[in-house]
Amino acid sequence: MANEAAAPGGRESIWTDLRFRSILTQTLALGVAVLVLYGLTYNAARNMGSLGKEISFWFLTQPAGFDIPLTLIPYSPTSPVIDVYFVGLLNTLLLSSLGCVLATALGFVLALMRLSKNWLLSRIVYCYVEFMRNIPLLLQIIFWYAVLLGLPRWSRADRPRFGFYLNNRGLFGPAPDFQPDFWWVALAFLAAAAASIVLRRRARARQEATGRTFPVFWTSLALLAGLPLAAWLLTGGPVELLHPRATRFNLRGGMVVRPEFIAILLALTLYTGAFISEIVRAGVLAVHRGQTEAAFALGLRRSLNMRLVVIPQAMRVIIPPLTSQYLNLTKNSSLAYAVGFAELFAVYAGIALNQTGKEIEIMAMTMATYLVISLLISAFMNWYNRRVKLMER
Amino acid sequence: MSGTNPKAAENGAVWRPRPGRPPPPTMVGALGWMRENLFSSFFNGCLTFASLAFLLLTVPPLLDWMLFEAAFGAARESCAGAAGACWSVVIARWDQLMYGFYPEAEHWRPNLAFCLLLAALYYGLYDGAPGRKYGLMFCAAFPFIAYWLLYGGFGGLAFVESAKWGGLLLTITMGVTGISVSIPLGVLLALGRRSEMRVISGMCVVFIEYIRGVPLITILFFSNIALPLFLPEGVTIDGYLRAVVGMCLFASGYMAEVIRGGLQAIPRGQYEAADALGMGYWRTTALIVLPQALRISIPGIVNTSIALYKETTLVALVGLFDLLGISRAIVADQEWLGLDVDLYVFIAVGFFIFCFSMSRYSLWLEKRLARGEDR
Repeated sequence: MANEAAAPGGRESIWTDLRFRSILTQTLALGVAVLVLYGLTYNAARNMGSLGKEISFWFLTQPAGFDIPLTLIPYSPTSPVIDVYFVGLLNTLLLSSLGCVLATALGFVLALMRLSKNWLLSRIVYCYVEFMRNIPLLLQIIFWYAVLLGLPRWSRADRPRFGFYLNNRGLFGPAPDFQPDFWWVALAFLAAAAASIVLRRRARARQEATGRTFPVFWTSLALLAGLPLAAWLLTGGPVELLHPRATRFNLRGGMVVRPEFIAILLALTLYTGAFISEIVRAGVLAVHRGQTEAAFALGLRRSLNMRLVVIPQAMRVIIPPLTSQYLNLTKNSSLAYAVGFAELFAVYAGIALNQTGKEIEIMAMTMATYLVISLLISAFMNWYNRRVKLMER
Repeated sequence: MSGTNPKAAENGAVWRPRPGRPPPPTMVGALGWMRENLFSSFFNGCLTFASLAFLLLTVPPLLDWMLFEAAFGAARESCAGAAGACWSVVIARWDQLMYGFYPEAEHWRPNLAFCLLLAALYYGLYDGAPGRKYGLMFCAAFPFIAYWLLYGGFGGLAFVESAKWGGLLLTITMGVTGISVSIPLGVLLALGRRSEMRVISGMCVVFIEYIRGVPLITILFFSNIALPLFLPEGVTIDGYLRAVVGMCLFASGYMAEVIRGGLQAIPRGQYEAADALGMGYWRTTALIVLPQALRISIPGIVNTSIALYKETTLVALVGLFDLLGISRAIVADQEWLGLDVDLYVFIAVGFFIFCFSMSRYSLWLEKRLARGEDR
């Protein structure tokens, strides 16, 4: 096959045959890559041999030997190192999911304000967005951490504001204590949610059949608020608030959010929110004015125009860059290392690596984890994007 | 009407027009502008007052803190009575913030390099500069001249090891190196990714997706901690070089994607026309495709550059003393304890000025490039 191109003239050299050259180049590239990889592995094996190390993952079963302030699963210093990994992973997921939700909310609100007809408001938001976007995130994290640590110390004279204390040890507030009867409230909420979904389907079917509309939104809202409230009253308020109590030296009990967590969450939200607001704004502006005018010509109200015409089309523009912001936020959560919040990078590639000395294994695991999270988020968003796109017709 | 009004005729009165209606609310001038943009409706007016209240609550205290009640003395003692910021830390440690631990007698070298950088930026970024052809040659030579100036070691300059670099000098060096290395690397990766050779495009895809999938800090840590294990025995590279290599690889992954976007925008006809003229792959790429693709992707390249410039702060976490790293070191000093917020605000403003002007440049360029399409 390869010499077909050269056959007719018979004089053309094999070097001018495209296919041959392509195969040759690829073989060479592959060869170089293999050689480099081989060289690196060889060096690593030799260097580790001379240091008396070897690559193995048995260290994961050994006790970690250090404590972690915030853990979502049971953990103690005697837990194996693999538990450190899972503690860190869960904290990363907690931090980035909270960050994504808050940043999205902030971004949409900011975009709304930026798009407002009010010149002053729009300018203020513009200044905020430009300022936030042009200052390094790491600097912002460290700044907020410094601000929080610079807060006054707790003293016995402190009085709570709205049940919360804020001092240089963090945010202290009441912790909810769920009694067994709380299940009824949760159940009522689930029932209300299910009822709302059914209601929405019925209402849509009826509207399509008869043209009569039904106030789905308000009914659902009433259901979602009313049923849990009724359950709450019937069971006699099954949540008790445990307030922090002042002891001699500190606040005890209740719930405490440590300054590290506040600093990183605040910085991630404010920074990413600024980027998201620009994305949302661009998305809304990308919907052609003619669309709105056509909707008004058809007699749609402003709110319906927004919901049925503008937002679905804007979403299509917004979602791809929004995905990459979520990805960025998740990756940036590793900067919590700078303030020592116990997320995956800080606790595993930071403390556990120092304790065990397993550089290659731990770095490989950490990088692979971030890679998998990133690929999962982008796969999910691609799927969602395709779904949104299908509605185009 | 009133002319035929019998009553009016009876009275023998002259027809008089009714008094004119008041003029419509002015739509021009300052008042009209305010009416339209600040008080167009009741709700809008509320927003205006809320915004004004917000500004009154935030701006004066901020100005007081930053300027009017701040201390500008050169020693810590001058801050004792000040209610605002203590800028003494900036003034007393100015040299460190600018040059790190670069020997004082050699400060003229970074200064000269910085002036040359400004000249290179002028020629590289502004296409109306006189003598641009020679200017671009100078741009190409600039990195070598700058590194020679900073490192020294031959040609009459004393050797200054990179461990002594710091502050703004290190931030700018890393940023400029990262940007200027990652663009050519990114072009190669983007071309490789679009190549028809499966092996090459596969390798490029794996590299790009890998780089983009992990945080920069893991790459910096990897090159700091694990990279020495992968090098031949006896070979060591200093901390600066390790960080800068990680930085460049990281940035090239992002640049590659931006440039690939530009490559995708080139219509097939361009390739076909080049084929018809008998041009080979490299000539087509260098003379036809890249000039157009790079032009399209310039705004993206500038944005990636801004991001990269901000990300250089991460080297503070692997023990280098860039602007952020040296600030952390300064506020850890007993003498300046408790002034961390002040110093961070100062360098934040510095970063803002750099990055904001870069983004304005990108906007200017975008407009300028779009001008040709407007016709």
